[in-house]
Amino acid sequence: MAYVVERKPLTLSERMYIPQILAGMRVTLKHLFAPNVTMQYPEERPAIPTGYRGVPTLVKDPNGREKCVSCQLCEFVCPPKAIRITPGSVEDQPDRTHVEKGPQAFDIDMLRCIYCGLCQEVCPEEAIFLQNQYSMTGYTRAEMVNDKARLYELGGTLPDQHFKWDKKKDAAEHGNAH
Amino acid sequence: MIAPAKTELVTVNIDGKEVSVPKGTNVIEAARLAGVDVPHYCYHPKLTIVGNCRMCLIEMGMPAVDPATKAPITDTATGKQKINWIPRPQIGCATNASPGLHVKTNSPMARESREGVTEFLLINHPLDCPICDQAGECKLQEHSTAYGRGYSRFVEQKNVKPKRTELGPRVTLDDERCILCSRCVRFSKEVAKDDVLGFVDRGSYSTLTCYPGKQLANNYSLNTVDICPVGALTSTDFRFKMRVWFLKQTPSIDPESSVGANTEVWSREGVIYRITPRQNDAVNDTWMADSGRVLYKQVKADNRLLAPTINGAATAAQMAIKAAADLLVGRVVPDEPRGKTAHPEDSPYRNGIAIVGSGRSSVEEQFLTKKLADALKVSAQLVSRVGAGDKILVSADRNPNVRGALVTGLITALPASQLTSLAAGIDAGKVKTVLSLGEDLTAAGLTAAQLAKVSIIYLGTHKNATSDAAKVGIPTLTVFEKSGTFVNQQFRLQKFAKAVPGPAGINDDLVTLAELVAAAGGGMVSFDLGTLWTAIAAAVPALASVSYASLSSTGLLLDATPWAALPFVEGETLHFKPAAVPAAVA
Repeated sequence: MAYVVERKPLTLSERMYIPQILAGMRVTLKHLFAPNVTMQYPEERPAIPTGYRGVPTLVKDPNGREKCVSCQLCEFVCPPKAIRITPGSVEDQPDRTHVEKGPQAFDIDMLRCIYCGLCQEVCPEEAIFLQNQYSMTGYTRAEMVNDKARLYELGGTLPDQHFKWDKKKDAAEHGNAH
Repeated sequence: MIAPAKTELVTVNIDGKEVSVPKGTNVIEAARLAGVDVPHYCYHPKLTIVGNCRMCLIEMGMPAVDPATKAPITDTATGKQKINWIPRPQIGCATNASPGLHVKTNSPMARESREGVTEFLLINHPLDCPICDQAGECKLQEHSTAYGRGYSRFVEQKNVKPKRTELGPRVTLDDERCILCSRCVRFSKEVAKDDVLGFVDRGSYSTLTCYPGKQLANNYSLNTVDICPVGALTSTDFRFKMRVWFLKQTPSIDPESSVGANTEVWSREGVIYRITPRQNDAVNDTWMADSGRVLYKQVKADNRLLAPTINGAATAAQMAIKAAADLLVGRVVPDEPRGKTAHPEDSPYRNGIAIVGSGRSSVEEQFLTKKLADALKVSAQLVSRVGAGDKILVSADRNPNVRGALVTGLITALPASQLTSLAAGIDAGKVKTVLSLGEDLTAAGLTAAQLAKVSIIYLGTHKNATSDAAKVGIPTLTVFEKSGTFVNQQFRLQKFAKAVPGPAGINDDLVTLAELVAAAGGGMVSFDLGTLWTAIAAAVPALASVSYASLSSTGLLLDATPWAALPFVEGETLHFKPAAVPAAVA
């Protein structure tokens, strides 16, 4: 059975619209003096909370040396297969004594990356971190692949307490070298 | 297995399970027959036993007998014969099966022994797993997962040893990782017969090294890398190239000589990274030569032929095949009725066509070459390649498949290394067109002037003088890019599988040959291995019961008697003794 909605005729004040306009103006005035909730993106950027999973980056140790040893575990664990590493051996360099292996090329395809953070979790050298960079744009597909130089540029240096290469060097120089 | 006596079987009890094993089998192998895995490092089934790693410790016992009367003593509780368990663990590798032997491989004492051994091995073992090439196929890694404690009680500093010692041109030693199992030492001495490796110094100073002034440079040095249970010996070629868990394994055959060593090709996404031996106790045990391991480099070689050519200009594959067919069929004298019974031997260069087949082609390709030769009514010839045999796994005949050509009937006599008859035929103007299946004719004794006199159709993988001189060049695939079979020196039919896809636009050799056969009036033949093998089985009596799919991974030994009188060049190699050649032949 059809339900008939009764339509009341408009009252005088409703027909005048003035109370409605005033009510609307009251809201407008209130927001004119209220603090802003929007942000002038991209000039202004939000504060990123700690633990945020942004763009994966490669980081250097406090001495500014490459930490990645190209073990390819991140490449293995990466669910969308976004990571591609070409391993290579590292020749003895004065600042990198006892480092044997490092990546020749390290590419992360940001069109594939799902920001899951498994690469960071699996890394035995604490060399890859998802940091607070969240916006990746580009005009071509090739631009969206972060190569090794770009990954280090994005990653910078993070403090760590391991000093792995220093310890290796110490062990060789002191005590136990045969 | 360490040479088990063929006849006598003894019953042993492994973890409560009775198994019959040949007498003299050691406990590790006996347990393997019972489906029990006894962890070990230094023991290798193809090497002598030294028992120095102590990982295979087991608990063993013998049925109790009365010392005086030798009557069995029965355990009153169970009603069975009592077992006298030895109170200390024994090593499984050096304990041979004897009647009634009882073994516990997983008792608390055995487990505890292994945990102790593992902890001691890990004391000075570096934490290199993230960069170690052995990771993923490392016995120490596997047994540490099973018997390690997960954390280290070792608070002292670890030993530091040299990390990059070059033992030879192809082997790099990481001394820190070495667990001193001596497998490599025994291999060099016993199998490669080149006794260069040994341990020097004592205790934690113990180090693997070459004898002064010597190098681990023999052609079998990379087998030490394969048998190294840890990452101490690494292949300089494969070092830090790719982690093994990314690699796909494809069974293949080493094409460098007629030994036909079984191999495993390791590839990832169409790129081959290494070749290792695959166990075949009748051919190569678990070894292969170093020279066969670098053959994958020909796949990406700079001089690879990548495009079909006509007169040196790149063209489409179909055009090149058509041009080749025109060259061959166009030469057939029109009034000669096709399909007439051919007598190839009577007319070596009938219609001016010569076919140079190859001992490097697979059996299937040789079968199609034979069909093509029959259709054109000519006889094909091969080029032999003879080098020095090393008495281990490289034979004198460097063609992997000369016997395949004999079996398929492509040739009836052994090939010569020089094509003198063809050269004479060209000089006499009898030969106008030469079809070469990957054979470099200049290497086989033809001069550039002779090549210039004829139209050459070259089906091959790499650029050479013949491909440069060819009127029609059709690129083909390497052994890693196609499937097929070879017949080795024992007349063992062995199959290899396609490991990586061929370069874009290159047809399988069988496709090209099948089209040429069809164009020459030989009828439609399939280039699909399954269907092609039904045709081969129907046409070749020696292969009557064979199909590609049913051919086992260890191969099929064919009857060699029809060719017993031929003077094959091979000398003795591992698992092969040449049949006595009748003196009359020589």
